[in-house]
Amino acid sequence: MTTIDKTRNVPEPRGAADGSTPLLEVRDLHVEFHTRDGVAKAVNGVNYTVNSGETLAVLGESGSGKSVTAQAIMGILDMPPGRIPQGQILYRGEDMLTMSADARRKIRGRKIAMIFQDALSALNPVLSVGYQLGEMFRVHEGLSKKDAKAKAIELMDRVKIPAAKERVGDYPHQFSGGMRQRIMIAMALALEPDLIIADEPTTALDVTVQAQVMDLLAELQREYNMGLILITHDLGVVADVADKIAVMYAGRIVETAPVHELYKRPAHPYTRGLLDSIPRLDQKGQELYAIKGLPPNLTRIPSGCAFNPRCPMAQDVCRTDVPPLHPVTERDGSELVGRGSACHFWKETIHG
Amino acid sequence: MADVEKTDESMDATPNVTEVETVDAATDEEAVAAIEAPVERGEPILQVRNLVKHFPLTQGILFKRQVGAVKAVDGVSFDLYQGETLGIVGESGCGKSTVAKLLMMLETATAGEIFYKGQDITKLSGRALKAVRRNIQMVFQDPYTSLNPRMTVGDIIGETFEIHPEVAPKGDRRRKVQELLDVVGLNPEYINRYPHQFSGGQRQRIGIARGLALNPEIIICDEPVSALDVSVQAQVINLMEKLQDEFNLSYLFIAHDLSIVRHISDRVGVMYLGKMAEIGSDAEIYDHPTHPYTQALLSAVPVPDPEAREGRDRIILTGDVPSPANPPSGCRFRTRCWKAQDKCAEEVPLLAVPERFKGSDTPAAHESACHFAEEKDVVHAA
Repeated sequence: MTTIDKTRNVPEPRGAADGSTPLLEVRDLHVEFHTRDGVAKAVNGVNYTVNSGETLAVLGESGSGKSVTAQAIMGILDMPPGRIPQGQILYRGEDMLTMSADARRKIRGRKIAMIFQDALSALNPVLSVGYQLGEMFRVHEGLSKKDAKAKAIELMDRVKIPAAKERVGDYPHQFSGGMRQRIMIAMALALEPDLIIADEPTTALDVTVQAQVMDLLAELQREYNMGLILITHDLGVVADVADKIAVMYAGRIVETAPVHELYKRPAHPYTRGLLDSIPRLDQKGQELYAIKGLPPNLTRIPSGCAFNPRCPMAQDVCRTDVPPLHPVTERDGSELVGRGSACHFWKETIHG
Repeated sequence: MADVEKTDESMDATPNVTEVETVDAATDEEAVAAIEAPVERGEPILQVRNLVKHFPLTQGILFKRQVGAVKAVDGVSFDLYQGETLGIVGESGCGKSTVAKLLMMLETATAGEIFYKGQDITKLSGRALKAVRRNIQMVFQDPYTSLNPRMTVGDIIGETFEIHPEVAPKGDRRRKVQELLDVVGLNPEYINRYPHQFSGGQRQRIGIARGLALNPEIIICDEPVSALDVSVQAQVINLMEKLQDEFNLSYLFIAHDLSIVRHISDRVGVMYLGKMAEIGSDAEIYDHPTHPYTQALLSAVPVPDPEAREGRDRIILTGDVPSPANPPSGCRFRTRCWKAQDKCAEEVPLLAVPERFKGSDTPAAHESACHFAEEKDVVHAA
């Protein structure tokens, strides 16, 4: 057993603070899918930035567009049916959507890497894990097979897979779920990227293994000072690792906040509903708070604020006007850094 | 048959739970009468004793040789009281779903007994078994695969009445199905729709309506909300609590989400690798866990409160759950336990109130299968 002290020093996020360009910036990104039932608007104007050493958690239910945004950043969106009608994805100030496929390929994997949810389906079942790990070095760095294999063993050691040397020739099905996820992490880490996008990295794992994997990820992030985009629907995981949070609903970011602020004082009724629906000790035997209704169909997103049919505070203005992301301030008007809420009534929500 | 030996050993290792008052029924009629008899609130309605399920591992094509067994459930005992919710938690592969299947008689137990109102249902057949099956119903995990896509909602729920026509006479069925839809919060006019026309939360309501159709006394819920979106989970949990009060149901609630289990359960059992590690009231398990596995499990759960993460000690277990085909000797948890000593490898710990807490009325005095059971203050998951 190891006991881990959570009060360790987290390096200060660098980048935006000193005025330089952020590591990754997503500007007004739109993604739509053309289907037989019409156009599904999966992402409708998403903005966020990530700096080195920083963890941004993107929180949302299924269908909120959180994974589609990540796929657009990686450039692995299926197009068609997908389409990006507008928006920019800036990696160190360069727009990846307009650059050539070759230039993009140099960034993907080397600078920005991704960890997928289901390691068993993300790994190729007929190739050994050593071969798949080594592929990164052979393709991007032109190493020989032998050198690539040595590198693969080194990587497996780094993600704490026991007996890496003996297991390098094993196939994905011979590993347990937690070990497979470690291999996914190793693969993403291979070329020491600046940014890792982790799409529900622990959803398929048991809690005791989830804790191991999240700790490993946090440790490696600190070591390399990487940026991390963590996509999840689990409010608990977010509270554990994130620096800042973006809450998504129906393809838009409805609230952004530093992690502590969000849990203490949510400024959007959707966020508040999510937090209230977590069972708490003092509510035992009482009815849980439940957000009424269902997430919207993306081909027919409600007019105005997408959350209005489910919102307890909805007024007429919510049904007609799309709320912009308002900067959230204290009651006396002083600024709250990094906070925003796409709600016409954010003042009432946060200040009661 | 090395297996039989193992089974005996696990039987010795089970606790001295309360004696079961069995009912001797000579005929089917007597058995059915006993099954139909009401049970007082707070009395045991379901008593499981030394339940064992081994899935054989075979080798060879023509002459199948048994080379071993996956010991999915290996000597589990517990009581379910009328009107209560018993939560079962544990990681994947610990046997909690197999227990559910055994109680539903979807699998035959390798050994052990399941007493429903004093009758061992593993030995029943014919009319008596049918009567038991009517009274124990199940809600499944995945509302996308547990509803037949080619049947309308009316057919899915109404099918139960074909098998048990005594519950609703033929002409009455449509009305009865609509009533059930209304009870679970769906529009009764949806009776002719197909499952794909509903969202996940609505489908789970259909699954619950099907479970309720025969007025059962026990509903076994196998991860009923884990496939649902966070904002919809609370709706379904509220519905299940409302129905429990309304129809006086007993729930066996299997889940891996510890905070939901705490919210809904009166008592909680923690399973590890086919055995019950610890069982007690919700407060006893969550606030005063004495089994190291329970402590590790509780501390590993991410808490949705960033304040709590600061300065908190977390127990991070090393390694994975061992294979149930070849479980460790003695205590099953010893390979990942930080307290493990030689004794743990030799002796299977009994699920009983630990010696040191016996007689005292501290909340730590509940059944725990550990040689070195002691309280440890862990960060609470809920």
